[in-house]
Amino acid sequence: MNNAQKYWQANIRLVIGCLIVWFFVSFGCGILFVDQLNAFRLGGYPLGFWFAQQGSIYVFVALIFIYAWRMNQLDRKFNVEEA
Amino acid sequence: MTNLMLTTYIVVGGTFALYFYIAIKTRAKNTGEFYVAGKGVHPVLNGMATGADWMSAASFISMAGMLAMGGYDASAYLMGWTGGYCLLAMLLAPYLRKYGKFTVPEFIGDRFYSQTARLVAVLCLIVASLTYVIGQMKGIGVAFSRFLEIPFQTGLFIGMGIVFFYAVLGGMKGVTYTQIAQYVVLIFAYTVPAIFISLQLTGNPIPQLGLGSTMSDGNGVYLLDKLDQIVVDLGFSAYTAQKGSTLNIFLLTMSLMIGTAGLPHVIARFFTVPKVKDARSSAGWALVFIALLYTTAPAVGAMARINLTNTVQTGEIGAAEGNVAIDERPQWMLNWEKTGLLAFADQNGDGRIQYYNDGGLTDARIALAGAQAAGGDVAAAQARFDAAELKHAGTKFAGFGWQGNEMTKVDNDIMVLANPEIAKLPNWVIALVAAGGIAAALSTAAGLLLAISSAISHDLVKGMIAKTIDDKTELLWGRISMIGAIIVAGYLGLNPPGFAAQVVALAFGLAASSIFPALMMGIFVKRMNNVGAICGMLTGLGSTLLYIFWYKGFFFIASTAMAPDTPENWLFGISTGSFGAVGALLNFIVAFVASSLSKAPPEHIQLLVEDIRVPMGAGAAQSH
Repeated sequence: MNNAQKYWQANIRLVIGCLIVWFFVSFGCGILFVDQLNAFRLGGYPLGFWFAQQGSIYVFVALIFIYAWRMNQLDRKFNVEEA
Repeated sequence: MTNLMLTTYIVVGGTFALYFYIAIKTRAKNTGEFYVAGKGVHPVLNGMATGADWMSAASFISMAGMLAMGGYDASAYLMGWTGGYCLLAMLLAPYLRKYGKFTVPEFIGDRFYSQTARLVAVLCLIVASLTYVIGQMKGIGVAFSRFLEIPFQTGLFIGMGIVFFYAVLGGMKGVTYTQIAQYVVLIFAYTVPAIFISLQLTGNPIPQLGLGSTMSDGNGVYLLDKLDQIVVDLGFSAYTAQKGSTLNIFLLTMSLMIGTAGLPHVIARFFTVPKVKDARSSAGWALVFIALLYTTAPAVGAMARINLTNTVQTGEIGAAEGNVAIDERPQWMLNWEKTGLLAFADQNGDGRIQYYNDGGLTDARIALAGAQAAGGDVAAAQARFDAAELKHAGTKFAGFGWQGNEMTKVDNDIMVLANPEIAKLPNWVIALVAAGGIAAALSTAAGLLLAISSAISHDLVKGMIAKTIDDKTELLWGRISMIGAIIVAGYLGLNPPGFAAQVVALAFGLAASSIFPALMMGIFVKRMNNVGAICGMLTGLGSTLLYIFWYKGFFFIASTAMAPDTPENWLFGISTGSFGAVGALLNFIVAFVASSLSKAPPEHIQLLVEDIRVPMGAGAAQSH
C-alpha cells in the first residue's frame, strides 16, 4: 500500500469515528433515546431535550474542530501538506 | 414620524450605507474574483460570511416561532440545520476546494465526464436556489412594510436595488464582505433582545443558561417546568414532550442535514478560502457563528411562548377575570393585528380573550360559517362542528363557559418580530431587529443569486454554449445573469406562487436526494461512473418530486394531489419534508447497482479522484 492509500485509510477511520459521535449525540441522545434520557436532568433541562436543542449543536462544533486538527496532523505525518 | 420610526430609519439606513461602502471597495476585476472571491478569504471571515449566507429570513424570523409552537418536535430543525455542517466539513468541503474549480455542477460534470450530469446538476441547483430566494424576497418586503411602514412593493424594490449594487459589481467578493457585515448586524439583533428577555424572566443574562434556570418570580420553579405546566393546563401537549412519530422526526433531521450539506450556495462559500485545511476549519467557524443563533433560538421560542400565554392568561385558568379584557389588551397586540399576523375573535362574547387547545372547535366553527356563506358542503362542515363541540363539551374548558380558542391567528414570525415589544424593550432594540431581519434576508438572497448566476454564466454559457469566450466576456455574462436572476427573483417575490411556503421542503429535498449523494460518491467511491451517477441523481430527484407532488399536487396545483397531506396517508408516516433522506438512500442504491453493471470510469478520472483526496498541490489543480 502506498503513502497516499495509507493516508486515505487514516482519513476514513477518523471520519467514521467523528460520524459515530455525530450520530450518537443527535439521532441517539436527541431522538431515539430522548425519553429515557429525559428521566435525568441538567439544571432545568430534561437531558434528552437538552441534547436535542443545545447539546448536540455544541458537540457538532467541537467535532469539526477536532476533525480539522487531526487532519492537519495526518497531512503532516503523511507529508501531503499543501505548499 | 414617531420616535420609534425615526430610530428604525437611522439604524436600517446606517446598515445600508455600510453595505454600499463595502460594495464600492470590493469590485470584482476577473471571473476568479466574481465566482470565488479570488480564493483569498480568511477561514474565520469565510465562516462568518457562511453564517450570514446560510441563516435566512426563515432562521432569523421564523425558527423561534416554530420552536415556540412545536416545542421538542421542532428540534429536528435545530439539529438538521447545524449537523449538516459536520457532513459538509468531513465529506465534501475540503475535497471540492482541492478540486479548485468554480461551481458545483462543474465538479459533477468533470468527475462523471458527462455534460448530462452537469446539466442535471444545473437544473437541481436553479430549482433549489430559486425556490429558496422567493422566501427571502418576501422576508425583505415584510420587514420593510412592518418596521418602516413602506409599502411591500417599494420595500422589495429597495432590497433588490441594494443586492443589485453589491452583487453585480462585486460578485462573490462583494457578497462575501457584505455578508460579514450582515452577520454582525443580524447576530447582534438576535441576541440583544434575547439577553434582555432572559434577564427579565430568569435573572440570567445568557439565554442558553436562562432556558435551564428557575423563574425569577421567587417560586424557584424551573422555566421549562413552568412552561410545560401552563401549556398542559391550557390543553396543549407538554412543551418538552414528543408529539410526532420518532421515525418522522428522525428522517426530517436526516433530510435537513444532508440537504444542508448539499445546498450549492453553501458549498460554493468553501471555494473562496486559500487552502484545503482552511476549508476544514472554516466549516467549524461557520458552525460556531451559526450555533450562536441556533442555541439562542430555543430560549427565544420558549420565553416568547411564556410571555404570549401570560399576556392572554393573566390570572387563574377558568376564573371569571383570569383572561385579558379585550379593551385592555396591550399595544403590541394592536400593532400586530394591523399586519394580519395576529387575530382574535371573541367566541363566547365575554369581552375577554381565551387562548387554549379547543380540539379544533373554533376551526370547525369557521369552516362551517365559510361553507354556509360560500355554499360549500354544509352537511359535512356541520357534522365536523358537531363532533368538535361534543368533544369540547367534555373538557374542563366548557365548564368555564369557554366556547373555543379565541386567538384565531398567531403567526410563527411574531415570536421574534414582536418579542422586543412584548418584553417592553427600548426603541433601539426594536429598530435593531428590523435591521437584523433585513440583513438575514439580503445576505441569503445574494448568496443564492450568485449560485444561480454562476451556474448560468459558467456552466451553461461558458461550459456548454460558447466554450471559447474569454475571461472578460464570461465576467460580463456573470453580471448579466446576475441581473436576470435578480429580476426573476423580484418578480416571484411580488407575485409569489401560492406554494411559496411549501417549496422550502422541495429545495432541501432536491439538495438531499440529488446533489449530496452525487458529490459524496464522486469523492469516496472511485469506481462510481457516469451511468451510476446519472441514474442515481434522476432516481433521487424523481422519487422525491413524486412523493412531494403526490401529497401537495403536481407542480403544487392542489387539485391534482393524489391523497390528502395528513399523517394517516403518508407512507410509513413520513412527511413530504422528511422524504429527502429516503430519496438519497434510493439514489445511493440505484447508483451502486447501475455503476457495477457498467464500465469503470476511465483512467484519468480515477487519477482525478486520487488527486482530490490529498491536499498537496491544490494551487495547481486548475490545470487538470
